[in-house]
Amino acid sequence: MYSVIIALIPALAVSFFIFGLRAILVVLLAVISAVVFEYIIQRYVLKVPATISDGSAVITGILLAYNLPSNIPWGLVILGSFVAIGIAKMSFGGLGKNPFNPALVGRAFLLASFPVAMTSWPKPLLHRLSLMDGITAATPLGIVKEGIKNGQTFNELVPQLPTYWDLFMGKMGGCIGEVSTFALLIGFLYLLYKKVISWHIPVSMVASVFILSGIFWLSNPSQYPDPLFHILTGGVMLGAIFMATDYVTSPMTPRGMIIYGISIGILTVVIRLFGAYPEGVSFAILIMNGFVPIINRYCKPYRFGEGKQRA
Amino acid sequence: MKKTKQIKSFPQGGVHPPDFKLTDQKQIENMPLPEKVAIHISQHIGKPANPIVKVGDKVKTGQLIAKGDGFISTNYHASITGTVQKIEDVLDQTGYKNKAVIIKREGTTDDWIPEVDLTPAIIKDITYSSEEIRSKIYEAGIIGLGGAGFPSHVKLSVPDGKKIEFLLINGVECEPYLTSDYRLMLEKIEQLIVGIQIILKALDINRAIIGIEANKMDAILKLKEGAKDIPQIDVVALRVQYPQGGERQLVKALINREIPPPPKGLPIDAGCAVFNVGTVYAIYEAIQKNKPLIERIVTLTGQSLKNPSNFLVRIGTPIKDVIDQAGGLPDDSGKILSGGPMMGKALAKIEIPLAKTIGGLVIIPESQATRNEVLECIRCGKCVSVCPLGLEPYLIMALSQKGAFDRAEQEKILNCCECACCSYICPSNRPLLDYIRLGKTVVNQIKRTRDTK
Repeated sequence: MYSVIIALIPALAVSFFIFGLRAILVVLLAVISAVVFEYIIQRYVLKVPATISDGSAVITGILLAYNLPSNIPWGLVILGSFVAIGIAKMSFGGLGKNPFNPALVGRAFLLASFPVAMTSWPKPLLHRLSLMDGITAATPLGIVKEGIKNGQTFNELVPQLPTYWDLFMGKMGGCIGEVSTFALLIGFLYLLYKKVISWHIPVSMVASVFILSGIFWLSNPSQYPDPLFHILTGGVMLGAIFMATDYVTSPMTPRGMIIYGISIGILTVVIRLFGAYPEGVSFAILIMNGFVPIINRYCKPYRFGEGKQRA
Repeated sequence: MKKTKQIKSFPQGGVHPPDFKLTDQKQIENMPLPEKVAIHISQHIGKPANPIVKVGDKVKTGQLIAKGDGFISTNYHASITGTVQKIEDVLDQTGYKNKAVIIKREGTTDDWIPEVDLTPAIIKDITYSSEEIRSKIYEAGIIGLGGAGFPSHVKLSVPDGKKIEFLLINGVECEPYLTSDYRLMLEKIEQLIVGIQIILKALDINRAIIGIEANKMDAILKLKEGAKDIPQIDVVALRVQYPQGGERQLVKALINREIPPPPKGLPIDAGCAVFNVGTVYAIYEAIQKNKPLIERIVTLTGQSLKNPSNFLVRIGTPIKDVIDQAGGLPDDSGKILSGGPMMGKALAKIEIPLAKTIGGLVIIPESQATRNEVLECIRCGKCVSVCPLGLEPYLIMALSQKGAFDRAEQEKILNCCECACCSYICPSNRPLLDYIRLGKTVVNQIKRTRDTK
């Protein structure tokens, strides 16, 4: 568990640089509330031994915070942690028993209940140490969604968008942990090196986002953003590396993982291009979480001795 | 694109525990003769043998003391010279009491039966026919020394309609700590080569492949050297991955064939026969020296032992005697395993006699002898990724726990070879194999009642 926390640190460092001190405080608040809620629920409600030392509540807190804008009201952070830990995790039986990704359930709850607070992002790179953050700005995905709805073409919108290099490094508006593909990739390489996760889900998810958005872009480049834009903006990288790869809510076999990853990618693109929301990753993952039991039922490993090589 | 030469292995799953080959440099040592031996008469798979001696009989070393009952059975012989003291139920390595012939030693040396050739010369000419080889192997009481204890003459009797194309020799020894096969391959090369040729003759084929894990390069090179003028025998290095020495994995790695799952699953169904190197050596001694199976090489090892080593031990010797030879039982001992740490089973007492099938004894210190706390399954899928047979241990454990045995049978619980890779890798210390074993037992019972209806 702790390797995952280490892998998430580069993104935290970038979030301080892009969004300032408030981002760090949101993360801390989310983590502390998640751990406290888990402890209280386990010891006083369920009356079982507390398992906060396994680090899973810490990770849920971090990932929830990474999916929130840094100017989110403090109360919503605490509420989000409560929903993530109390409802999405503990009510199903605790670690290992939840069907849906707790951090994403928390985020989805906040998005549905407080849509304005959840879709107002601070202007990036403004001030580091001040906590007053009244100035908001749209994210690249938001700019594109609105612009195309208003009849502009993608090419016309490009001057308003950051350069690809800026997108890659994270110099853009967005949620705390999602902006920097660069920082997230460092974490990804670390997790692969430590053999914490395998490549199947991240690669198949990002590849399918790229390919499907690429198909649309090729068919009509003025209407649809290019695939590189898609994978560098929004929560694709964060989702692919840290959210979809959550052990508990993802499939158990490599073949199942690839089907899962591809499906998430397809849903992400469909929601982004044709849905009401500018971002589709969290819903795509939550929807596919629901399919994991059936994926596990039908994606079995090859049973030795049952195939062509049998004598 | 040129295909790079990769070392052979089985394709799916497996783990790589640390080697701990503490005794790999220790030459095979003789042991003083035991005071008494207890020879169980059902150490093999099949019908128990019937004792032909009575209490009070004097027996010579190598003398027949129990005759096999039927075809799938085998003989047992006195492993020391002495008097039959008792014939009674004695605790064995299974944890149960079974019938054994107890012989008390008389004298300080062996009084061998006359037919045994005790000279050290290596006899290379094979003068017996394949029929004679099979019956000499039965008479000598040879069973699979790799641990399964299957009567070897049965393996050499090919039923009608089946064909054997390959003889595979298992020199893999993939369990940590064990080195008895390794030392045998270093010290008795010529005998092993002749043994292989004997088996080839008995099977009437001319392709033999010896599989050895790549962490034993010197044995591989020595055997290659020893077999260089014999085109029928190949030596192949295999990747160091447990359970490379498992029958299914070995056959897959060496000849790329998959033995079907139980109940049909024997190597003959993949057109081959598999023999452990220890069994090959015993066959050499039986055919060329008329020596029945009365002793074997055992690795006695453990991190706290004073003198861990490889010993030549008489069958039926109390294990306590072997432990004393290795410096005595350490104070911090927690468990004594018969076999390796992956698939070995803990012994109930140290007086248990050495069976033909015990090739290794590992003494685990107390600090390592208990499992860690069982935590919840976090659904990481590691157990699935390490299962060499493509099963889903997390699932069949849960099904066994909840009593869903029909579903467990559908999920192929009976295919499990109990290699323990799943329990080894589980980060939550879940007793996967324990529940899978339970599930297998119940599913087998269900099948038996179903098939007899």
